[in-house]
Amino acid sequence: MSAVIDAHHDDHDHGPAKGITRWLYTTNHKDIGSMYLWFSFIMFLAGGVMALVIRAELFQPGQSFVDPHFFNQMTTMHGLVMVFGAIMPAFVGLANWMLPMMVGAPDMALPRMNNLSFWILPFASALLISTLFMEGGGPDFGWTLYAPLSTTYGPPSTTFVIFAIHLLGASSIMGAINIIATILNMRAPGMTLMKMPMFVWTWLITAYLLIAVMPVLAGAVTMMLFDIHFGTSFFDAAGGGDPVLFQHIFWFFGHPEVYIMILPAFGIVSHVIPAFSRKKLFGYDSMVYATSSIAFLSFIVWAHHMFTVGMPLAGQLFFMYATMLIAVPTGVKVFNWISTMWQGAMTFETPMLFALAFVFLFTVGGFSGVMLAIAPADYQYHDTYFVVAHFHYVLVSGALFSIFCAVYFWLPKWTGHMYSEALGKVHFWLSFIGVNIAFFPMHFSGLAGMPRRIPDYALQFANFNAWSTVGAFIFGLSQLLFLYVVIQSIRGGQKATAQVWDGAEGLEWTVPSPAPYHTFSTPPQLK
Amino acid sequence: MTFPFRHSLIGSALAGAALFAMPAAASTVRWNMTPGVTEISRAVYDLHMLIFWICVAIGVVVFGAMLISIVLHRKSRGVTPATFHESTKLEIVWTLIPLGILIGMAVPATNVLVQMYDTGGEDMVVEVRGYQWRWEYKYLDDDLNERLSFFSNLSTPRDQILGQAEKGEHYLLEVDNPLVIPINRKVRFLLTSNDVIHAWWVPDFALKRDAIPGFINDIWTIVDEPGIYRGQCAELCGIDHGFMPIVVHALPEDEFDAWYAEQLELARADGERLEEEIAHEWSGEELFARGEGVYATHCVGCHQADGQGVPPAFPALAGSALVTGDLEAHMDVVYHGRPGTAMQAFGPVLDPVDMASVIHFQRKAFGHANGELVEPIDVIRFAETQ
Ligand code: HEC
Ligand code: HEM
Ligand SMILES: [Cu+2]
Ligand SMILES: [Cu+2]
Repeated sequence: MSAVIDAHHDDHDHGPAKGITRWLYTTNHKDIGSMYLWFSFIMFLAGGVMALVIRAELFQPGQSFVDPHFFNQMTTMHGLVMVFGAIMPAFVGLANWMLPMMVGAPDMALPRMNNLSFWILPFASALLISTLFMEGGGPDFGWTLYAPLSTTYGPPSTTFVIFAIHLLGASSIMGAINIIATILNMRAPGMTLMKMPMFVWTWLITAYLLIAVMPVLAGAVTMMLFDIHFGTSFFDAAGGGDPVLFQHIFWFFGHPEVYIMILPAFGIVSHVIPAFSRKKLFGYDSMVYATSSIAFLSFIVWAHHMFTVGMPLAGQLFFMYATMLIAVPTGVKVFNWISTMWQGAMTFETPMLFALAFVFLFTVGGFSGVMLAIAPADYQYHDTYFVVAHFHYVLVSGALFSIFCAVYFWLPKWTGHMYSEALGKVHFWLSFIGVNIAFFPMHFSGLAGMPRRIPDYALQFANFNAWSTVGAFIFGLSQLLFLYVVIQSIRGGQKATAQVWDGAEGLEWTVPSPAPYHTFSTPPQLK
Repeated sequence: MTFPFRHSLIGSALAGAALFAMPAAASTVRWNMTPGVTEISRAVYDLHMLIFWICVAIGVVVFGAMLISIVLHRKSRGVTPATFHESTKLEIVWTLIPLGILIGMAVPATNVLVQMYDTGGEDMVVEVRGYQWRWEYKYLDDDLNERLSFFSNLSTPRDQILGQAEKGEHYLLEVDNPLVIPINRKVRFLLTSNDVIHAWWVPDFALKRDAIPGFINDIWTIVDEPGIYRGQCAELCGIDHGFMPIVVHALPEDEFDAWYAEQLELARADGERLEEEIAHEWSGEELFARGEGVYATHCVGCHQADGQGVPPAFPALAGSALVTGDLEAHMDVVYHGRPGTAMQAFGPVLDPVDMASVIHFQRKAFGHANGELVEPIDVIRFAETQ
């Protein structure tokens, strides 16, 4: 970089364009970050409505609101929308907003590609959701897209689903390239790799995971496309193909994908816990190594999703041991967070509440993960509500809570106003209680023998399901409060200082609140 | 089998929750995994409980430390934050201790897994074949030429599902023809599928394995106690995935042998009857009458007695170009169904006589008047070319 270091780092030479073109043509990382976040919130609501349809149907045994075919479309679409529409774009949005400010860069390295990778999303998602209205209905084979249910037996709209997944994947890959380029090339002088903030580290590793596995998913769905339209038999046993091959390919993408959705979350809480404990992150180096080990291990555990397909014993043992191993670096992270709190001076503002809930509930999900890793026991857990409980603990009270945590933490920096702490806390407690009422009973219904992805169930599961539905509605409705809190903070409120949180550290807190349209046009000097 | 009322510890903690009782809720609620009725299932249960308690212990330590910190190390108590932020020693300790615990879990887990994979030395073999949405059981007995096989369908009436009748005790967990096996004998199951992937799961045996088209999977069990054991398909297999339960009757050996001999006798008689029927010179009236019965059992639910169907979900057969047109195409639809729609393949369900007669019936009823007879031999010829 050729920029000369000088003292005026926020020059307001030009602001945003006026009107709609600001959003269509923008290459500003903050604008694009905001669009990612709003988009993901809209998708979160859409996916949430689908979840509530599922939960309403399951409130009582018997067919109540929707028929089994539509039910299957809801479970599939809920999964796809939440994974590809809500969680992943939200993290990319946070990356857009925060990474340049955290590394002291004026913008993302590839701003035009940034614009493109965002603007693909609304179209891809609209295409995906529009399949629900097509003849024969939307995808009804689960977000895991298992062939041959999705190929030979899939509805005609599957072709559009495949195309939508290709687009979403392309967008993710572009986002990942951009993030890597920004982090590797645009750090302020003096910011060595081992001085990077944790969110930057976790996103760097996540971006590599994305580049490694999104093409694998693209390959899997392309093979589906060929089976459907061009007479190949990759996954069709009758033509000499192999349905299990699909699962291997899918989970080679799928398991790293679950870490794509959790590593940035690790980064976020590694900022928030030190800030509100008023103490440096404990074991920074080991956090970096643990994150890297998790990323590496995530490539060699995929078949733990396939313990029941009938692998040879040696394969079963390998995947069991490798999966159990992941618990070690994951544990290290949890211990480090707790050591960070230990003997700190903690306060419990909303971001901290979400961070603490994250540590607590993510660990609960980690425990059920270790249980699921035990292959002989997994025969009893697999494809039951126990698995549904596991992944909602790590994804809702894990990934999603970390996103709420991040929004409350950085919202004053974005809007220049403090949000309402009282309402934020109400939002937290409603979410916390709702999540647990919704998902804790699923451990029981799963252990008692309730398979997942069924629209109706035997009578002994009725109580658990009634509770889950109640919890889901509490959780779902309380997200409207979140929307209100965010809008309120955009429109006004107590002025935020540059520092915002007294214990927070990092370059983002050295720029004024709200952060000017252009920050770090000249790189900051690191101490 | 009734589901015994079991309380785990966490169970009783949430027992108050059960007060939120649904009127329909059975009084027998299980909170935890079943220990089951086989040596393996008990081993799996023990493993599950072992890991569970280890997790609880770790949880107490980890969450305990967190709680202490939250209570004691809060700014409102006027504490000043400490400044320590790394310790290689601690990092090593909390890498090695979990590793040791995990090895402690892996050893028993490996033992159970090795035991499960010991599929040899069986006393009998049953082929389990998944269909959208039923199971077929076939007893593969090498000593006999006769093979006993039958389909097992959900027997819960539709009005219970739709809430028009009170739900029975075994709602959605009951079938017309259960699988019958002997206790104390090693039964080996060969799993496969005719269409999509299903998974055959009986919790009390701790058996769950995918039934995959083009693959044969191999599992076994030795059941200790006679009883009725219930399970469900555990892999999403389409619209009626939730409606293909598994029911297994485990009988004492002698009762099983008697049952088996009787079934073989019935099957043999059936086979002979079928041969005779196929050889029989069918008249149009006979075929029509037979077909009317088959239609009433298998088709009226969707296509209705008058053949008008319930458009658009279930098309009318009356006046259908297909039904009044080419025989081969018509037979093809009934034999193979229409993949991806509610119209299932009846080829594996109906014997040639039933198949021929129901096709004949459709081509004559509902005001149709196709001249030709559709005879069992036409179906057999058609099937051979498939
Ligand atoms: C569960 C509901 C259901 C049952 C039971 C059922 N069908 Fe169908 N059938 C359908 C549906 C739905 C279609 C339309 C499939 C499509 O969309 O192509 C259909 C289509 C057909 C067609 C083709 C009609 C045309 O004009 O294309 C024939 C012939 C037929 N069924 C015969 C039968 C016979 C014979 C039986 C009984 C042995 C039967 N069906 C039982 C649902 C059912
Ligand atoms: C300690 C770490 C973890 C372990 C040992 C673990 C283990 C497992 C195992 C063995 C399964 C397969 C269960 C089955 O289908 O029978 C599974 C499922 C799943 N896990 Fe985890 N997991 C861990 C953490 C996570 C994290 C961090 C996430 C995401 C944020 C996650 C998301 C999921 C999802 C989405 C599924 C279900 C996928 C599906 O079938 O639809 N897990 N996990
Ligand atoms: Cu996984
Ligand atoms: Cu199924």
